This record gives sequence, structure tokens and C-alpha cells, in this order.
Amino acid sequence: MSASRHDRVSWLRQPGVLAALPAAIFLLLGFAGPLAMVFGYSFMPPKTFSLMQPPTVENYISVFTDSYYISFTWSVTLAAITVLLLFPICYPIAYGMAKLFGKWATLVTVLVAVPLLISENIRLFGWVLVLVKNGIADGSLQTLFGVSMSGLLYSVPAIVLGLVYVYLPFMLFPLVIGISMIPDTLKEAASDLGASRWQIFREIELPLAMPGILIGGILTFILALGSLAESKILGGQAIVMIADDIESSFTFAQNWPKGAVLSVLLIALSGIIVYALFRRIDLDQIIGRR
Amino acid sequence: MSSQANRTSRTLITVWTVAVIVFLYLPMIAVVLASFSRQRYFRFPIPRWTTEWYTRTLESLSVRDLLWTSLSVAALVTVLSVVLAFFGALAFARYDWKGRKVYQRLVLLPIFFPQAVLGLALLLWFSVLGVTTSWQTAVFAHMIWIVPIVILIMSIQVYSFDPALEEAAFDLGATRWQVLREVTLPVLAPGIVSGAIFAFLLSWGNFPLSLFTTGADQTVPEWLYSKMVSGYTPMVPTLGSLTMSGAAVFILVIYLAWLAVAARRRRQMTAPDD
Repeated sequence: MSASRHDRVSWLRQPGVLAALPAAIFLLLGFAGPLAMVFGYSFMPPKTFSLMQPPTVENYISVFTDSYYISFTWSVTLAAITVLLLFPICYPIAYGMAKLFGKWATLVTVLVAVPLLISENIRLFGWVLVLVKNGIADGSLQTLFGVSMSGLLYSVPAIVLGLVYVYLPFMLFPLVIGISMIPDTLKEAASDLGASRWQIFREIELPLAMPGILIGGILTFILALGSLAESKILGGQAIVMIADDIESSFTFAQNWPKGAVLSVLLIALSGIIVYALFRRIDLDQIIGRR
Repeated sequence: MSSQANRTSRTLITVWTVAVIVFLYLPMIAVVLASFSRQRYFRFPIPRWTTEWYTRTLESLSVRDLLWTSLSVAALVTVLSVVLAFFGALAFARYDWKGRKVYQRLVLLPIFFPQAVLGLALLLWFSVLGVTTSWQTAVFAHMIWIVPIVILIMSIQVYSFDPALEEAAFDLGATRWQVLREVTLPVLAPGIVSGAIFAFLLSWGNFPLSLFTTGADQTVPEWLYSKMVSGYTPMVPTLGSLTMSGAAVFILVIYLAWLAVAARRRRQMTAPDD
């Protein structure tokens, strides 16, 4: 009894534990707390604002029997399309940055990272100006070829463009880390033994770069899954994504329990995927290259 | 033959990279072009140019309020996040302790979390706790997302930190505080600076968290969004261009300061008395 208490005290006095405490307490208050509360609200009767009611699963039933599967399906589909487009777009660039560009790789890194530091809104608004009727794409085509291409904006492809555009760096940078983990000697050896380029890619590059590929794919999938701005700014009223439904339940509809159920489902879906990822990778190895 | 193929694929990869970078900057160029267009509604090619929107934007008092709010939020987020994340990164990468692997994963979860949902959850949280939302609550909200990112950025530097340096200082009789100030902080300075830059700019540009947590106050990205949705004015691209150039100048100044520091260090290293 007293031994275990002693253990606990000595665990607490490790410098690592002390250093971890401030951020851990902060995230407990600002992240774990709100999430637990949302979870609690998902079991409250519809349209109540108190957490003290007897719990019910009514909201879950009504969400599953209602048409929310539509916005869920749209979100999952668009997120999957985004990942499938981003991988082939980013892989050659990541390969170049890790293996070919040498000192130019830093410049490419900076050029890709700078847009991240500029509000997503402004950049998506830039796409509105490009795609809108009489905008840059339409106007250029009219002037150069006399054809008009209105109706590009406020469509599903416009949303996909926005998602690919905004989340590109989140695929690219993990891929660079993944590909730089491939030793060049292995590829040379395989090539000397007569492996084709495709064989080298499939048998050596892909498996060795897998941690980076997984992080990039999952990060972009989850970010796209919960995205709000792209469908609002570029999609207009074309489709409703799940984050839209959550927002309107919490705000206009003033139905917190329903918004909470939708959040819980979204969080559960993302959570399962992240959990599967974290089980397969070693963060020390990837970030610290140890 | 093989080197020929290598050269071809190298060229292709370079061309592709340049094309994608152009793609990344195209919408920003569009925003800058629109800010110089005289038309109330954007047309391309631009028939008539003007700088009138810049004068109007810079003279507008409400724009000054927006900038001030965004600046206050970003400045406070930067200072608080850097302090929390500094210790967080030490726990993440420097010390070996039981529970570290779990901590590493838990602390990164907010990065993997949809920001709009986090913003809404925080809105409920504040309302249940009876806290009135304002720019201060937005600082709190931004930090939930930014502290983990800064921890990650600083950890990269901390991993390459040699603990023997600290131990040597302890052996020479330095106190814990002296070791922190004289050894740990200076060695980790590059990581701290890059963490601070990211914290500031990510907060400055954040929209989904601000949208639900600023209450009656408004940041620049929120205002831009509200005007995009209804009541469009050419001040949208103008203020957009101004904040983009602000960020660009900020990055440039830090980059130049960085070069200056690196050059000074190199001179010190090659000094004759060494």
C-alpha cells in the first residue's frame, strides 16, 4: 500500500512527468473536457440544454433513421477522393524533395509551407475568383478562344479542388519524411540485380515509405472528413457535408443533443482510423529519425 | 541508356513540382489582381485598375478593430503556446519516462481533430461553464490546436539535443534554473523560434475555431468570410492581399534575421583565437 504510493510519488517527480504536466492539464481542460461533455449531450433528450436529464439513446435512433447518412456519405466519399488524388500528385514531388533536388528541396519546402500560414478563407476565395463566371478561368478562355466556361463554381468538382488544394501540404510533408527513410543502397542493389523500375517502386519504396504514406493519407482523410470551409465557399448549396449538419444542429436548430450525436459519430470514425495508425507507427523513429 | 532515363524522369519531376507550386499560388495571385480592379464585381481580364480600395480599407475604422483583434489573439497565443509547448516538447522527446509513448499519442490528437467540430464543442463548453465568449476565449480555443503543433515542431529540435550538455553543466555546479537559461534554451532556440512563427501565423489565419469562439469580437478571417457569403465588397480581396503581404513580410524579416544570426555564428566559429 505505502509502497505503491511511494511509486506514484516517485513517478510524479520524474522531470519528464513534470514537463508533461502543463500541456497535459491544459489539453485535459480544453480538449478532453469538451469532448466528454459532447458525449454526455448525445444521450440527453432532444432540444435540451441541461446535462442532468435521464439519459436516452433517442438521438442516435433518430440520426440513424433520418437522412444524415447522405451528408456522411458525401464527406467520406469526398475525403477518399481527395486522398486518392493527392497521393499521385504528391509522390513525385516528395520523391524529388527527398532524393533529387538537393539544396533546392529547402526552397520547395518553404514555397509549399508558406500558403499554410495564410488563411484558408483567403485562398479559397482566390479559387472563387478563378472559377466564377467572368473570372480568371472563364475570362481567359473567352478572350483567347471565345468559349465560355461558366458554371465551374458551386459544384462537387469545385469542392474536391478546394480539398486537394488546401490539404496538399499535409500529404506532401509526411511523404517526404517517408521517402527519405529509404536507403539509396537498397534501390541500387535491387537495380543491379535486374529489378525493373516498377518492381523497385512496389517492393522497396512503397513498403519502406509506408509510415509516411500512412500518416499523409490518414491526416488528409481526416482533415477532409471534417472540413467546413471548402464546401461552404466553393460548393455553395451543391451538397451538405457532415460538418455543415453539425454546425446547423448546434446553431440554427438549437438541438445540441443531435449535433452531439453527429459529432460523436464523426469523432468515432476518425478516432478508429487514427488509433489504427498509431498502433502501426513509432513516432520517435519518424520525428527523431532515431 | 539508364542515365538518359534518369535525366528524363528528373526533368519530368521538376516540371511537375513547378506546376504544382504555380497551382498553390494561383488563387493568391487572383486575390491580389482582384484588389486592384475598379469594378464592384470581379471581371477578368480587368478592364480598369485602381488603388482606391486600398485607401478605403486602410482608412476604415472597423478594419483597424479587426486587425487589432487578430493581432491580440495571435500575440497571446504565441507567447502562451511557446511556454506550454517548450515543456511539452521536453516531455515528448528529451526525457525518458514511463507513460511517454501514451503522452506522445494523446498530445497529438487535437491535430487530427476536425477544427470546426472542436470549435463547436468549445462553444458548448464555454456556455455550460458560463464563460462569455470573446477574443480571450478564442485564444484558448486556438491554443488547443496550436500547442500540439508547436510541441511537434519543437520536438524535432529536441530530439537532436545532447543531454550530456545539461549533465556537464550540473556537474560543474549549475542550478536547475541556470542550466535551463544558459544551456537548454540557447541550444533549443531555433526550434523555439520556428514554433513561435508557426503559432503566430496559424492563429492569425485561423477561421474554423475563431468562427465559434470569438463571440461578439471578430477576427480578420471571420470578417472576410462573412463578407464573402453576403454583402461582398472589393475590400475583401484588398484586406486579403494586405494580410497576405503582412505574412510575407513577417516571414521575410525572420528569414533575414536567421541568415544574419547564422552568418555571425559562422564568423565566431572561424575566429582566429579558436
